[in-house]
Amino acid sequence: MKKQDKILTIILIAGLFVFILSADLFFDSYIKRVLNLCAIYTILALSMNLINGFTGLFSLGHAGFMAIGAYVVGIFTVPVEMRSMVFYLKPMHPLIANIELPFFAALILGGLLAALVAFLIGAPVLRLRDDYLAIATLGFSEIIRIIITNAQSITNGSLGIKNIPPTANIWWIFGTAFVTIVFIILLISSSYGRAFKAIREDEIAAEAMGINLFNHKVLSFIIGAFFAGIGGGLYGALLGTVDPKNFLFVLTYNFLLIIVLGGMGSVSGTIISAFIVTAGQEWLRFLDEPLSIGSFDIPLFRPGFRMVVFSILLMLIVLFYRNGLMGTKELNWDMLKRIGSKFSFKRPKGGEAK
Amino acid sequence: MSSTTLQHLANGVSLGSLYALVAIGYTMVYGILRMINFAHGDIFMMAAYFAFFGIATFRVPWPFAFIGVILATALLGMLVERSAYRPLRDAPKNSILISAIGVSFLLENLANYLFSGKPKAFPEITFFANTVVIGGVSIQVITFFIPAVTMIILAILLYIINRTKLGMAMRAVSKDYETAMVMGIDINKVIAATFAIGSGLAAMGAIMWGIKYPQVQPMMGVMPGLKCFIAAVIGGIGNIKGAVIGGFILGLGEILLVAKLSSLTGYRDAFAFILLILILIFRPTGILGEKTTEKV
Repeated sequence: MKKQDKILTIILIAGLFVFILSADLFFDSYIKRVLNLCAIYTILALSMNLINGFTGLFSLGHAGFMAIGAYVVGIFTVPVEMRSMVFYLKPMHPLIANIELPFFAALILGGLLAALVAFLIGAPVLRLRDDYLAIATLGFSEIIRIIITNAQSITNGSLGIKNIPPTANIWWIFGTAFVTIVFIILLISSSYGRAFKAIREDEIAAEAMGINLFNHKVLSFIIGAFFAGIGGGLYGALLGTVDPKNFLFVLTYNFLLIIVLGGMGSVSGTIISAFIVTAGQEWLRFLDEPLSIGSFDIPLFRPGFRMVVFSILLMLIVLFYRNGLMGTKELNWDMLKRIGSKFSFKRPKGGEAK
Repeated sequence: MSSTTLQHLANGVSLGSLYALVAIGYTMVYGILRMINFAHGDIFMMAAYFAFFGIATFRVPWPFAFIGVILATALLGMLVERSAYRPLRDAPKNSILISAIGVSFLLENLANYLFSGKPKAFPEITFFANTVVIGGVSIQVITFFIPAVTMIILAILLYIINRTKLGMAMRAVSKDYETAMVMGIDINKVIAATFAIGSGLAAMGAIMWGIKYPQVQPMMGVMPGLKCFIAAVIGGIGNIKGAVIGGFILGLGEILLVAKLSSLTGYRDAFAFILLILILIFRPTGILGEKTTEKV
């Protein structure tokens, strides 16, 4: 990295820090909530992109891993004295009924548990080819959800867990998102990351170059699941309640939309599109409200229209704009400078220092 | 055999037949395009809505309504193929998969938007709701009707695949897509026909599903869709007889699981997925599937 770029990066990070600080102090709770959701979706989409975009494994199990993280946070952070109120139908299992963990420990435990499950699932499933892998991971994500629904003494079954303390504020969430982004960038620029990309491009060639396919696939899967668990934990703490219905596999489609729009295999693309899609879903809520101009009601606008628009958007991107915003490229300072110089007339084209 | 066992068996066979009908659509599309048509379950759901509106809202007599529904659904299947799959035929496999997921998502949201998310009651048709008493158990006519229809369809389909020109073209395309094209087979027509047949069968499945389990809602196609895909994999994907066998195994297994081990009722939906994973580990080509080797 050039010195100038280093300084720019530090300025950017400082700028973001100031932005979050001012957001925390001045923004109203609704906007803060949307921002938090954007950051959580960044974590989740990025971890899914590690598996799907960088390693080329078409996995649809993200909702399941997320559910594990969310439930671990839910189970262990609800204060002990409130548990009998939450678990009113069937008391909590005595083994865990008196264990209460601090939020951070529960978050990490959730991530680790999701990673462990990914390890157990990965052993049989990652030997499968693309579409079989998709359906098998989707199946596991549903099995996780079904187990959660049925294990009433641990997860409170279909009633869900309420009264999760709202520890996850904007600092927690953006901090975790930042750590995730840095970790993923370091990972994919390491030798492991290059091996992942080699597997994505051509499995047979990668194997011939001495890459252990299976180990690398499992590694990518486990790391992706770990961050999915973390993201899920934050999500549960942000909502204050977890419910098996939150984690239907349709949720995974949201992250799929994000990584397809951002570009399968681009970190910066994923971050940008996580914010666009999540904030867009909030701002487009007016599509679900009846709209009238004067006394004339526009008939299209009623509940459900927003999701129709979103699914059409996904289709259009896949059909006409397959590489998404970034493809496999990354946004870096050189690219920004090039774009900048295109719009400014002071500097001749291609005139910047090489 | 006790009377309840007989009842369970009859239910298992008819559920299995329904799975089989839908599974055939998956297996045919997979055989030709090597893709999971994720939208198949939602085409099934749309067919159930078509039938609901045909009978309950427009009051078309049921035999005509059924024919109309089957034709409309076949058209829908062809439309999906034409607009969402054909433009991506030479694209990377993942793009087609995403497109299929996109169609499925779109159809669900569209149904939710147009027909509202509230479940609708499928109209009762007296002919099918009548019960017959056999060996001391009363069983609905539809329970017998479903396997009978499935068997007839299977016979017709096998005839088409093995004896007609269209069937020959389908087999050629599924063996080797490019060579078939060189031989002068109109690939687009063959693929469109495959989608039409598959969707038509899904429509029959949906109508009979609606009669047996009378509730129509936008997400009704998701679970049956996934299970039928699993049935197709169990039987050996690409193989029509295999799809039927897989459907029966899944349907019977599910009903018997719920009947005999009632404590596991909550895990009913997990049963299919566990079966899928076992089959993928121990016999990835399914019961009747051919072994394929990867060419470098």
